[in-house]
Amino acid sequence: MTVASKERKLTIARAMAEAIAQQMRIDQRVFVMGEDIGPLGGVFGNTRGLFDEFGAERVRDTPISETAFMGAAVGAASDGMRPIVELMFVDFFGVCFDAIYNLMAKNTYFSGGEVKVPVVLMTSTGGGYSDAGQHSQCLHGTFAHLPGMKVVAPSNAYDAKGLMTAAIRDDNPVIFMFHKALQGMGWLGTERDAIVHVPEEAYQLPIGKAAVVREGADVTIVGITSGVHHGLKAARALAERGVSAEVVDLRSLVPLDRQTVIDSVRKTGRLIVVDEDYQSYGMTGEIISSVVEQGVMLKAPPQRVAYPDIPIPFSRPMEQWALPSADKIIAAFETMENH
Amino acid sequence: MDTVFKGEIHLTRYLDQQGKLLAPLPDIPELPSRLVSCYRNMVLARALDSKAIALQRTGQLGTFASMLGAEAIDVSIGQCMKPEDVLIPYYRNHACQLMRGLPIDQLLLYWGGDERGSAHPAMGQDFPNCVPIATQALHACGVATAIKIRGEKRCAVTVIGDGGTSKGDFMEALNVAGAWQLPVVFVVNNNQWAISVPRVIQCGAQTLAQKAFGAGIRGEQVDGNDAIALHQVLELALERAREGKGPSLIEAISYRLADHTTADDATRYRDNEELKAAWEREPVKRLRSYLHSEGLWDEEQEKCWQEEVNRMVQEAADAYLAIPPQPVESIFDHLYAELPERLREQREWATVKAMPGGSHHE
Ligand SMILES: Cc1ncc(C[n+]2csc(CCOP(=O)(O)OP(=O)(O)O)c2C)c(N)n1
Ligand SMILES: [Mg+2]
Repeated sequence: MTVASKERKLTIARAMAEAIAQQMRIDQRVFVMGEDIGPLGGVFGNTRGLFDEFGAERVRDTPISETAFMGAAVGAASDGMRPIVELMFVDFFGVCFDAIYNLMAKNTYFSGGEVKVPVVLMTSTGGGYSDAGQHSQCLHGTFAHLPGMKVVAPSNAYDAKGLMTAAIRDDNPVIFMFHKALQGMGWLGTERDAIVHVPEEAYQLPIGKAAVVREGADVTIVGITSGVHHGLKAARALAERGVSAEVVDLRSLVPLDRQTVIDSVRKTGRLIVVDEDYQSYGMTGEIISSVVEQGVMLKAPPQRVAYPDIPIPFSRPMEQWALPSADKIIAAFETMENH
Repeated sequence: MDTVFKGEIHLTRYLDQQGKLLAPLPDIPELPSRLVSCYRNMVLARALDSKAIALQRTGQLGTFASMLGAEAIDVSIGQCMKPEDVLIPYYRNHACQLMRGLPIDQLLLYWGGDERGSAHPAMGQDFPNCVPIATQALHACGVATAIKIRGEKRCAVTVIGDGGTSKGDFMEALNVAGAWQLPVVFVVNNNQWAISVPRVIQCGAQTLAQKAFGAGIRGEQVDGNDAIALHQVLELALERAREGKGPSLIEAISYRLADHTTADDATRYRDNEELKAAWEREPVKRLRSYLHSEGLWDEEQEKCWQEEVNRMVQEAADAYLAIPPQPVESIFDHLYAELPERLREQREWATVKAMPGGSHHE
């Protein structure tokens, strides 16, 4: 049996487009809206091929009117459609946030559960390619903080396809965040580990379920998207020193799989949380308090490796200096060792 | 039935594609010498543009938004604005910024990824580039409100793309400008494309200028490849604004002759025939032909000036490349008037624990 020949390595961008196409084929209610998502196939490649297959009615290049198409997505979803909308950069959420957090997130609640709003909002996150403070944020915490929306963010193509399929089929609004450096587009940086085997047939991953992507006994490194890859690199480096690190990929921020994290930290007794989003009031604090609240005994104070509470600089050396990295995770581990 | 409103949009044009005058020159003092100066700046803009792209291609500049095809619009705005007026630009107004006093090396510094390049003292009250589409139109209304409250004879000028006019922010800016009769001029650089999205998808209206009607302000079109026409409409609109006679919306018809930015490849979505046809209308050659035919510019001057701008741009590029980078830690220093405790700790952590730091998905 030749297993190797069955490998179908895809980028996250291709995996997202494939998931969307498969759902559009079987569900006429699914359609896509956004800027440059038509003939261009999305500036990050995640709608490539859709326009040719489904045409301009179901794959709609919009005017630059985020308020309009975000609000329209809420309306169409409430009327029985399953829109997928793209906000090109998450950084621009500000120009359409009322539709997102006052309407999309709350209309089900406001209607006593009568109205469903099954929108998928896909949006690019993350930096590392010197595109400055309005093109490089993650804003995980901003979206995860507000009740009413699910929030997912894959670190590899397999998860991307499974989570996108689940998001489209979900009756709740789902924010699907994809990190630019993991898209497999050269100019945004390339993370080889994000390009993995993806089965052709449609499949679904449960939203709200984390994955232990590397097993270990001495320290738990928790991350999402880029943070997972930094964590894996750090774990490989730590292994050379005889330290066995476990890496948890959260995959979803809402709902949050606290149990997988808690089980891991119970085993290792040490916790480092990695996040490319701003440090304060964010995912790192949420994970640490989830563990501490459960009375998990720790061998050292937990550490966070997050983006500092400053705008993301345009300057390449400055940005690289401030971003999370495997080195910083190792430095955080050393702090714990010295404790 | 009574007609309660009727509107018309006029297109102003003085030069045909070959640079031949179609109508008597507008009555603007010293117009011929201003047109020569305009031409010189347009040539400079084009030389800077190709230098910036060359620097980007060789890894010495970040992603760059070319102004190819927008030279007449930008330079005419630069010429018609007075030093005390305020420019609230988008991200494609480099030529105008140069004319407002931004040194070329500083402009390159900004596009090279150094925020210091967008806050040069020579820029006076002018704003830095605006990245979130259309929001600059609102800031311009704020500037104009301040000018109006203080009773000054100045105006705010803001520029936006055709795609940007689809945003609610733009419509709200027009509305408040009309409601408050603000001293502001909105210039639309209608270059027919918003990344891969053609103008026809942006809006069902025949012109973008007619959006002015809903706000109760003046709206007009001008040939954005025709420097004379641009001077005429801009002079009038800016002077009206300064005089307290109200805001204007000017839709300048141009064409984006380059990719959206250096990160884009327009051949993936744009017909080459359309591009070729647009080159026939381009603004620099058109003005040169006119100046030649009037005896205001000759081959010798052209040769000298080309050499001169190439030298200027090369010198600026050398100066830019020689500017020492800021110390990385200084990213913590420009956010609050004083460094908060929390950031001091983070700065320390980053400095002590993480040097040399970053290695992000190389
Ligand atoms: C609010 C917002 N949405 C989307 C973007 C991404 N974006 C950057 S440039 C651009 C196209 C702008 O086209 P246009 O307004 O015609 O100006 P041009 O670049 O053609 O001069 C888009 C969609 C953005 N910067 N801001
Ligand atoms: Mg445009």
